[in-house]
Amino acid sequence: MAGLGGGAGFGRCSHAVVRALPESLCQQALRVEKGGAVDFARAEREHQLYVGVLKHKLGLQVLELPADESLPDCVFVEDAAVVCEETALLTRPGAPSRRKETEAMKIVLESLNLNVVEMTDENATLDGGDVLFTGREFFVGLSKRTNQRGAEILADTFKDYAVSTVPVHDSLHLKSFCSMAGPNLIAIGSSEGAQKALKTMQQMSDHRYDKLTVPDDAAANCLYLNIPNKGHVLLHRAPEEYPESAKVFEKLKDHMLIPIANIELQKVDGALTCCCILINKTSEL
Amino acid sequence: MTTEVGSEAEVKKEAEKLEPDTAKEKPEEALESLENQKTEETEETQDSSSSPVPTSQSSPTSRKERDPSEGKGISRFLPPWLKKQKSYSLVEPKDEAKKKAEGDEHVEERECQLPEEVAELKGEAAAENHQAKTDNKEEEKHSVSSAETQPAKEDSKEIEVEKVTEEPEEKLEEETGKRETKEVQTAEIKMEKAPQKAPKKIKTVQCKVMLLDGTEYSCDLEKRAKGQVLFDRVCEHLNLLEKDYFGLLFYENSDQKNWLDSSKEIKRQIRNLPWLFTFHVKFYPPDPSQLTEDITRYFLCLQLRQDIVSGRLPCSFVTHALLGSYTLQAELGDYDPEEHNSDYISEFQFAPNQTKEMEDKVVELHKTHRGLTPAQADSQFLENAKRLSMYGVDLHHAKDSEGVDIMLGVCANGLLIYKDRLRINRFAWPKILKISYKRSNFYIKVRPAELEQFESTIGFKLPNHRAAKRLWKVCVEHHTFFRLISPEQPAKAKFLTLGSKFRYSGRTQAQTRQASNLIDRPAPYFERTSSKRISRSLDGAPVGITDQGLLRDFSATAAGDEAVVLAKLKNGESREDDGSPVKSPPLELTQDGKNNSLKVDGENIYVRHSNLMLEDLDKTQDDLLKHQASISELKRNFMESTPEPRPSEWEKRRITPLSLQTQGSLEEEITSILFSKEGFSTSMKSTFSSATIRTPEGTVVKDNVPSEMLSASPFSQLPEKVGPRAEGPCSGARDADKSSHETLSVVEEKKRAEVGIEETVVINEINGGKIQVAIDGGEPCKLEHLSKKDSSSTSSESSSSSESEDEEVGEYQPHHRVTEDVIKEEKEENEDAKEVEGCTAKVVQCVESVIEGSKEKISIEHAQVAEESLVEGNAVSGTPEEKSFIEEAKQDLREEREEEQLKINGDLSHIGIDVKPQIICCSEPPVVKTEMVTISDATQRTEISTKEVPIVQTETKTITYESPQLDGSAGGDAGVLLSAQTITSESVSTTTTTHITKTVKGGVSETRIEKRIVITGDADIDHDQALAQAIKEAKEQHPDMSVTRVVVHKETELAEEDEG
Repeated sequence: MAGLGGGAGFGRCSHAVVRALPESLCQQALRVEKGGAVDFARAEREHQLYVGVLKHKLGLQVLELPADESLPDCVFVEDAAVVCEETALLTRPGAPSRRKETEAMKIVLESLNLNVVEMTDENATLDGGDVLFTGREFFVGLSKRTNQRGAEILADTFKDYAVSTVPVHDSLHLKSFCSMAGPNLIAIGSSEGAQKALKTMQQMSDHRYDKLTVPDDAAANCLYLNIPNKGHVLLHRAPEEYPESAKVFEKLKDHMLIPIANIELQKVDGALTCCCILINKTSEL
Repeated sequence: MTTEVGSEAEVKKEAEKLEPDTAKEKPEEALESLENQKTEETEETQDSSSSPVPTSQSSPTSRKERDPSEGKGISRFLPPWLKKQKSYSLVEPKDEAKKKAEGDEHVEERECQLPEEVAELKGEAAAENHQAKTDNKEEEKHSVSSAETQPAKEDSKEIEVEKVTEEPEEKLEEETGKRETKEVQTAEIKMEKAPQKAPKKIKTVQCKVMLLDGTEYSCDLEKRAKGQVLFDRVCEHLNLLEKDYFGLLFYENSDQKNWLDSSKEIKRQIRNLPWLFTFHVKFYPPDPSQLTEDITRYFLCLQLRQDIVSGRLPCSFVTHALLGSYTLQAELGDYDPEEHNSDYISEFQFAPNQTKEMEDKVVELHKTHRGLTPAQADSQFLENAKRLSMYGVDLHHAKDSEGVDIMLGVCANGLLIYKDRLRINRFAWPKILKISYKRSNFYIKVRPAELEQFESTIGFKLPNHRAAKRLWKVCVEHHTFFRLISPEQPAKAKFLTLGSKFRYSGRTQAQTRQASNLIDRPAPYFERTSSKRISRSLDGAPVGITDQGLLRDFSATAAGDEAVVLAKLKNGESREDDGSPVKSPPLELTQDGKNNSLKVDGENIYVRHSNLMLEDLDKTQDDLLKHQASISELKRNFMESTPEPRPSEWEKRRITPLSLQTQGSLEEEITSILFSKEGFSTSMKSTFSSATIRTPEGTVVKDNVPSEMLSASPFSQLPEKVGPRAEGPCSGARDADKSSHETLSVVEEKKRAEVGIEETVVINEINGGKIQVAIDGGEPCKLEHLSKKDSSSTSSESSSSSESEDEEVGEYQPHHRVTEDVIKEEKEENEDAKEVEGCTAKVVQCVESVIEGSKEKISIEHAQVAEESLVEGNAVSGTPEEKSFIEEAKQDLREEREEEQLKINGDLSHIGIDVKPQIICCSEPPVVKTEMVTISDATQRTEISTKEVPIVQTETKTITYESPQLDGSAGGDAGVLLSAQTITSESVSTTTTTHITKTVKGGVSETRIEKRIVITGDADIDHDQALAQAIKEAKEQHPDMSVTRVVVHKETELAEEDEG
């Protein structure tokens, strides 16, 4: 049944919410620093592969929202909502251009019978990319996109869990350089900022997490799932992109490893976790 | 106002209750009750356990009548569970009504309105209850204070009689089936006791304890009974064996809860407060599944349900529903569609804000729990509740250095800092080197981060001094309880254990687990109360209710008596403290911060010393860093916070030798040599044989009486001078992030007691962390008490753990006393000290050397010592532990001294009377005891470790030899500090701290030199040689002085077991 998460049940999910890429992404998507142009076709292919893995390989029920050309970043659904167990918090993205991304998200989450909470405080900003849920607690990166108030609302929404704040300076999001690679396992990049954030998290936590340090910050963002009959599943960046980091992931013997190419979306700061919201609906649907 | 009203209310209540009673009691009792209590308190009956003897002045009939009215009588004969059941079923509606009424009123207006509330409640209760008796009963229950306390207040003699008579009556009452059952439980205990007791008249006081199931337990206690007596009775009543997780709370104010120290007399703790207590979980076990008995889990469940309904333990909707469903399963069993209709659930309360939706969810989940036994349901409840982030977190309001409102949460793992709902920082116990408080400031000294060299001290502003002290105590206790055993090891290899002076007197979690493994009894039968009642009682503001009850009691007691007046005054003070401090302090702080450089306070001075220390340390640290991280930690411990400007007046250096840290792999040895000379007075006496306390962990604490004297005196002095500045300096210190506060005792002019109050806990990393607490005057007495108990416990327990506990206890208690009864306690202590005092001059030399050895050896020694002490000196009351405590205390004092001394240099006149008493207390008991201990140690050492034997023994012998003289001379309590110096030199592997103190006591001056040598090394050091060399040098340097004390501490990594 319900029960507090953490431990064995971490990573369980039955549904995933994704959203198609708008063509406007190529030109208008927000990006931290200028990079090469996005090859939309290739980006779409990569995304389709990604969705395909979730849907076919892992057997999730994937709810795919249509793209909205007025929302160039809408493919990054992670930032629009934080879902934990039966509760979904619709965020108030730090980038004003992304605020409306939550509208479609709200509809789909409500359709899943989740307890949907909206962040209405106009002083609050929160990007889902700044929220790291470890199964035991939340870490919220205080970044350009997320502020204290947003973190407070998240804490009010998920009262069962400790919510600790982690300053994020050099990266877009907290999860730009870290993610959960398994129960109690934090994948973390090697940059100074990433290591500093990790130390902060370690200090703030009553739990001791294992860490998986990878050479590349971007590769530290991986997607962990716990799929019945498959066990630990980890989507990680392909060796073609980050060979050294991929070697680290390949040491995870208990995981089913699925390399995913994410070359194009990374140009607009997209990471693996950004493109889906995982939901675990146990009984009701 | 309150008092008057309260008195009236009391009278009414009494009248109602007493109606059946004989006429004579009614009016008189009401007025006299308070007085009686007081008198009773003053009068001591030694037999705590024994219940009052039935000297029934009042006729049995009268008693009988009362009993029904009071509700006590019923169920004494009946086993508690039976009673509970009845009471629950019967009482519930009433309680609910009451609670509701209270809920409306309670929180806001508690203090002033209490009487009114009581009246209202009465009225409501009456309305609800057709029978006047029931009303009375209800009132009593809810407002425990008025009705129940009053009876207690009534002459103890009467009470005794009542008990005897009541029992039969109670039976009758039970038949009637009223709430009386709750009270009856108490009665039962009484009855048992009564037969045992001799016909002697013992003055007793009636205690009321609110239990977790919402019922009330009352019993008569000897006025001088210690907290343990009451606690044991309650646990006995509850049939609870794993009781170390629990405690008794009393409310000083509506929101100021204090833990009743089981090692101290109740009346000294609660002072004029009513004898109302709340049974409460004190240490929330992180893993309830490790509890041995279901009944223990059951009580934990009850506590958590309270916490949840009151909002103290926030839960999500889903969790509320889930936990609620387990509650239903535990209390109602499997869901039965016929029996459990749609309404059955609304009788329960699962959340502060319960919605129909939630109830539906609860029912839905309840259906899924089919087949779970109550015990299984409780276990599931706990398995989910324990994961809540706020589980077991004791929150305290505070402000950070910038005046921002934050919350400090004390939990099993450390200290959590919250801003709003967000965790903004966390300090695990291993990370904390020292915990201290000064005035309304609370400080933690934190181990330096990986790449940092210096530890930092973080200060928080609490609403008032008492709040700071409460927080400090809670921290000390949690650290002791959980840390000493905790399985998790700090990232840095070693654990911070509370140093030599730990105040927590109870068992640690590890110990209680060990003990509970030995529990061999069939699972006790117990009745699960319906949470309906609980929820009702808790409704709205559960805490508030209890508080109100307390308040009512309070007012009631106060009314008509002098005591009342006092109580009011106190209340008022406390209130003021609560309110004003919060506002003003921040301002002060900011100012202080600005002015810090300009204004030098005692604290600042302290800081300077620390600076000096730091400098030296820095050098050493570098070396250490190169060589060993562990060594560096040790040094760091010595180091104080960053330097601050101090006044030219205080230019003496102060070193805090107290905290010695050893890291796991490295063996650290500490040698300290203390020399004391009598400069002026010819008569030289060795005050104390230094008690060598060997903690398995490796901390050695040495304290000389003189040192205590010195330290004490500084405190007294400080208040006067420092007092005015005190606030500013303190704040400044904080701003600087310096840890010096502890040492510097800033006392307000008004409150000298506060000076004593300041307590510092130093956690040493070495084997087991040690907490050093600067003890004020109150400490000695407390220490003694604690030590006695501790010693006994220690013997049974592992040596290491026992030591730490002992230490903790000793220091800890003092704190309690100080906090609770600052003024009173001091007086008492002073008196004691005076009695003991005999001699003025004392020469104490202490040589502390750390002997290399396995921890095992050390522990063995301890154990042996403890045993010996027990055998020899139970009567004496001085156990080795005590000694250790004393020593630790002394060390603390020393630290304080140093600081104080610095301050004192300018302020000789200031040396206060307060100090003297404190000193005396410490010196006397410790002296004899210490000697004993020392001897034992020596023998042990010889036996155990060949290496150490020769040197150590000699030293020990010396100590013993001198100690007798010291005992005689112990008298010089109040000494004036002439000067104090601390010099520290460090080399890579050795740190030598020399502390010279000159004190004048009644025309006799004494000079004490304390040398502490800390040798850090992996093992190749010849400790014996080092010790011998140190002693030799000391003698050479000070031919006219004698070596009073030699303490050898050996710390090895092995000792860290405790830390886990």
